[in-house]
Amino acid sequence: MAKRIDVSGLTAYYGSHKAIEDISMTVEPRSVTAFIGPSGCGKSTFLRTLNRMHEVTPGGRVEGKVLLDDEDLYGAGVDPVSVRREVGMVFQRPNPFPTMSIFENVAAGLRLNGSYKKAQLNDIVEKSLKGANLWNEVKDRLNKPGSGLSGGQQQRLCIARAIAVEPKVLLMDEPCSALDPISTLAIEDLIGELKERFTIVIVTHNMQQAARVSDRTAFFNLAAVGQPGRLIEIDDTERIFSNPSVQATEDYISGRFG
Amino acid sequence: MSNALVTDKRPSTLRAASLPKWTPYAIAAGSLALGIGISAAADLHSKIQWGLIAAILFVLGTYGIAARVEGRRQAKDRVATSLVWVAFLVALIPLVSLVWVTISRGVKVLNVYFLTHSMGVVADSEPGGGIYHAIIGSLEQVGLATLIGAPIGVMTAIYLVEYGRGRLASAVTFFVDVMTGIPSIVAGLFILSLMLIFKMQPFGFAGSLALAILMMPVVVRSTEEMLKLVPNELREASLALGVPKWRTILKVVLPTSIGGITTGIMLAIARIAGETAPVLLLVFGNPFINNNPFEGAQASLPLYIYQQYSQSAGANAAYDRAWAASLTLIAFVMILNLVARGIARWKAPKAGR
Amino acid sequence: MDISTQTTDASPPTPEPSVAQLKGNARGATRPGDRIFLGLSRGSGILLLVIMAAIAVFLTYRASLAISKDHGNFLTTFEWNTNLTPPSFGIAVLAFGTVVSSIIAMALAVPVAVAIALFLTHYAPRKLSGPIAYVIDLLAAVPSIVYGLWGALILVPHMQGLYGWLNDYLGWTGIFSWDGGAPRAMLTVGILLAIMILPIITNVSREVFRQVPRMHEEAALALGATRWEVVRMSVLPFGRSGVISASMLGLGRALGETMAVATVLSPSYDIQASLLDPGGGTFAQNIASKFGEATEQGRDALIASGLVLFVITLLVNGAARAIIARRKEYSGANA
Repeated sequence: MAKRIDVSGLTAYYGSHKAIEDISMTVEPRSVTAFIGPSGCGKSTFLRTLNRMHEVTPGGRVEGKVLLDDEDLYGAGVDPVSVRREVGMVFQRPNPFPTMSIFENVAAGLRLNGSYKKAQLNDIVEKSLKGANLWNEVKDRLNKPGSGLSGGQQQRLCIARAIAVEPKVLLMDEPCSALDPISTLAIEDLIGELKERFTIVIVTHNMQQAARVSDRTAFFNLAAVGQPGRLIEIDDTERIFSNPSVQATEDYISGRFG
Repeated sequence: MSNALVTDKRPSTLRAASLPKWTPYAIAAGSLALGIGISAAADLHSKIQWGLIAAILFVLGTYGIAARVEGRRQAKDRVATSLVWVAFLVALIPLVSLVWVTISRGVKVLNVYFLTHSMGVVADSEPGGGIYHAIIGSLEQVGLATLIGAPIGVMTAIYLVEYGRGRLASAVTFFVDVMTGIPSIVAGLFILSLMLIFKMQPFGFAGSLALAILMMPVVVRSTEEMLKLVPNELREASLALGVPKWRTILKVVLPTSIGGITTGIMLAIARIAGETAPVLLLVFGNPFINNNPFEGAQASLPLYIYQQYSQSAGANAAYDRAWAASLTLIAFVMILNLVARGIARWKAPKAGR
Repeated sequence: MDISTQTTDASPPTPEPSVAQLKGNARGATRPGDRIFLGLSRGSGILLLVIMAAIAVFLTYRASLAISKDHGNFLTTFEWNTNLTPPSFGIAVLAFGTVVSSIIAMALAVPVAVAIALFLTHYAPRKLSGPIAYVIDLLAAVPSIVYGLWGALILVPHMQGLYGWLNDYLGWTGIFSWDGGAPRAMLTVGILLAIMILPIITNVSREVFRQVPRMHEEAALALGATRWEVVRMSVLPFGRSGVISASMLGLGRALGETMAVATVLSPSYDIQASLLDPGGGTFAQNIASKFGEATEQGRDALIASGLVLFVITLLVNGAARAIIARRKEYSGANA
């Protein structure tokens, strides 16, 4: 069920400003791919082009191809809404729907896509919460608002919400940057489990995190402020962190800039 | 069915059948034509009904067509979009009509003569006469109301922001809110009850008092907002120099927020300038020029409009005068609004919170 | 304006030391300048409280004079004959008319205003929404007497067709039957009030919808929600209490509106099931229409009816504020 992503020649704009330029890469199914790079290098923008969230931003525009198992996300007649069903997303700050209960939050995506029987819904919600390692903590208060949970729990709730609709790919935009170390560890463990079922792409500022969780790592950089971000290289995580083929990557990883 | 348009070998999950971009326009044109056709056939006269029928056809047609081709979720989305557009367009009709009618009928008799003469002995059904007396009345009443309402409002806001703590401040805050909701006629009745007790006849200043009551809470609210925007660092800097608090407020806090406070006062003036009900009860109206707001009945622009409408028994000359006075009043209010907003933009505090 | 008030209330400026700490200096104000200034500003605040108290006291006093002479029952009598000896008047018809016209106005204005607010924040092209919002702002400032004049001279003639049509197709319900008189009944008043309160409800709702955190909308989008589903899942739940308080503000306006109703309605001291036949008046309209012919006794009676209107608007505004206060509590939880 996990799918491969093939990106070729992708350029994204905010109005007339070119944010990222000519990016091509392949993301393998059932693996974790990490995007690293200095702030403003366009890694989050690139992530958002992978489920057509970029065009939601006013002025956002994309050129190039993103193939999800041979089907172009930007092809004619492709419905962005269907794309986002296939490619789920977890955001930087946990964003459960504030007016919904924990149960309703997880069921939100399912409810959009037709009617489920109550029992069926219960099963999927339980499965998703278990999948997000949250079930034991919330099973007694499923009807309480999701905003009452701690930050780490909220983020796992958002992951449960994303995986409840069974996406093929899960995008994570710095999912731990707003969390404390213990919650971060919980999420990292969870990512390790989720990659058995999903293709996972994670943007992170934390290089140790990239090294810990990912199979492959892509390094993004920009020539100068105001210039578009570019993909410098993508390789197995081990190789990137031990023996990268580009000097800039090594400089960044060893802390010489960024 | 959702894969109908896909030519791939294997079924796609990304593609959904979708209607071409021009569909909404086509449906709109179709329903408009059909609406007019049905209305003509059913012998309906009002264009409003024609429009309503077309709008209903448009929404139903959008749902039907979209549900067939794109599925129910997309159909709902399209209906929501079209409903939102229809709501906007429907609401536009009366508002555009209001502006258009006021301007087109107002300019008929609006000229220098109209602005510089009173009604005097002109009968309500006759053409002629003007609004000079009403302008004088409005300016005096609103001016006096501002002289009373604005300082009290600003001082109250200063109290709430700079000094206010404890129960008195929260009581004032609460009752300012309550006061905002007082209908203008009730403020009029309050002054009327005083006039009944003191056996007074209608005069301009009584109206000013009622208008001042209506103005105060508006001024308090907007001034409060502006004072809260003044960064505390400024107050501290001044206090640290040993400047007494009252001078800090007068020399530092008020000058910083004076643009916003002026805007708030002008918007409040614009609001009370259009009030009719208290003036009707307290100032009574007068076809002659009365320059003294402290004695005898006066006219005012909104009251003039009402009386031209209600006391003329359908004479066109009176209606023309009412429209012309409306145009004058709207122009006055709009200019105040535009200038106030201009000041707000020009003097906008640069320091955000 | 009320919404911005409320947000600043919800998140008071935090830089240290807070305003409250600086306020502490007032306690030790010993300089004459400080004392005079504090006295003036505190005095203004107290004056406001005194005015509110005076309104309640004097209205109640004059009202009690009138009601004690009332030969009818003040709450249930239909007629308004204050010049008889003994006078006989009651607010039954006025309460009925005020409530009915406001209900019609709310039923029409709230959905349309919410739709326009959504249009401006989520549907309209960005270039269009700015100027439109500005124009709606200005329309909220058009004096009510101008709406009244427009209603009486333009809207009323146009209602003829609608009245006939409603009578033909929905006359059997009883609510929409029409005897063919001038279309100056409750329905017309309700429609005019709806048009008048539309800008204010739209403005406040638009402010609320604009404050919906982007991340809530993106959460819905990322789950594969259509635009309408985003609105339903994140925008409307977030904005609900704001829309309710906006509606209450509009309701307050509609209840107290005087001149527009006075120009459009032909009042009758009778209650009709049909909204298209003359039946009922409103508190404010009755005061404006009856004032000219009222003796001192009649004026006291009008003051009594005004007192009832005052209490009703206080209740409505109180409800609106209670809702805003509740909203503060839980919207801060996740912001």
